[in-house]
Amino acid sequence: MTIDWTAFTPATALAGGALIGLASILLLMFNGRIAGISGVLGGLLEGNPGIGWRLAFVIGLLAAPLAWQLFFVLPPIEIEAGYPTLIAAGLLVGFGTRLGSGCTSGHGVCGLSRLSQRSLVATLVFMAAGFVTVYVVRHLLAA
Amino acid sequence: MKTTFPALLAGLIFGLGLLLSGMANPEKVLGFLDIAGAWDPSLALVMAGAIAVSLPAFQLFKGRSQSLLKQTIQLPTNNHIDRRLLIGGLMFGAGWGLAGFCPGPAIVASGAGQEKALIFTLAMLAGMGIFRLSARKMVPAQG
Repeated sequence: MTIDWTAFTPATALAGGALIGLASILLLMFNGRIAGISGVLGGLLEGNPGIGWRLAFVIGLLAAPLAWQLFFVLPPIEIEAGYPTLIAAGLLVGFGTRLGSGCTSGHGVCGLSRLSQRSLVATLVFMAAGFVTVYVVRHLLAA
Repeated sequence: MKTTFPALLAGLIFGLGLLLSGMANPEKVLGFLDIAGAWDPSLALVMAGAIAVSLPAFQLFKGRSQSLLKQTIQLPTNNHIDRRLLIGGLMFGAGWGLAGFCPGPAIVASGAGQEKALIFTLAMLAGMGIFRLSARKMVPAQG
């Protein structure tokens, strides 16, 4: 392993993370809900109670780049994957997060903050699967 | 409808955090997942920053039954580490590693007008829909 120090952005990573934590606190404090994006979306699709706050949360996410652009230039969003890969990946992420009851936000941020053992296991599993997948795609298949 | 505004604000701040931290950029995410290549450790700090902020609040609200807006606090109660959790985590992690997108960043990048992010998001919603249809034949889903 070599660390890519030129790509390493510790200050913005920590500050951005703190904002994500703050957002999770707001939703818990006022709405009593977990800020798990896959759970919010899944609940919308399944017509679960709370359509109003779920839609509002998603609209907030969609509006974030627009709000950002009022003050700053949008940071780069580089998407290397082609359409077939994006579709396969999207299907896996959608199905997998519902089957496993959460994603990086629900299990990762909120679950670990609740000290949930189940979320810790889920987080370790999806991180490991992510590491292995990138290793296979970038180093085994591309070689 | 009083829960709408906090949810909108939470979604907006969450999205700004994803943009600031670099998590909304799939190339940055893949740089973190590529431990065998030139590794960018930034995203570990996103998680650390988020949890450092939200952990105290989650511990504080664990014992409460109502939010500040008198909403029932709905924290997950399931503690089982079962096959669904593990397989779901594996599928999600594989999709995450393929495209570099998890659910939140995919929505934010869609809001930024990235066509590829929108394709991923639509596939993700389809994956959630397929889960919904197939789940009827499985054990009833929680939450």
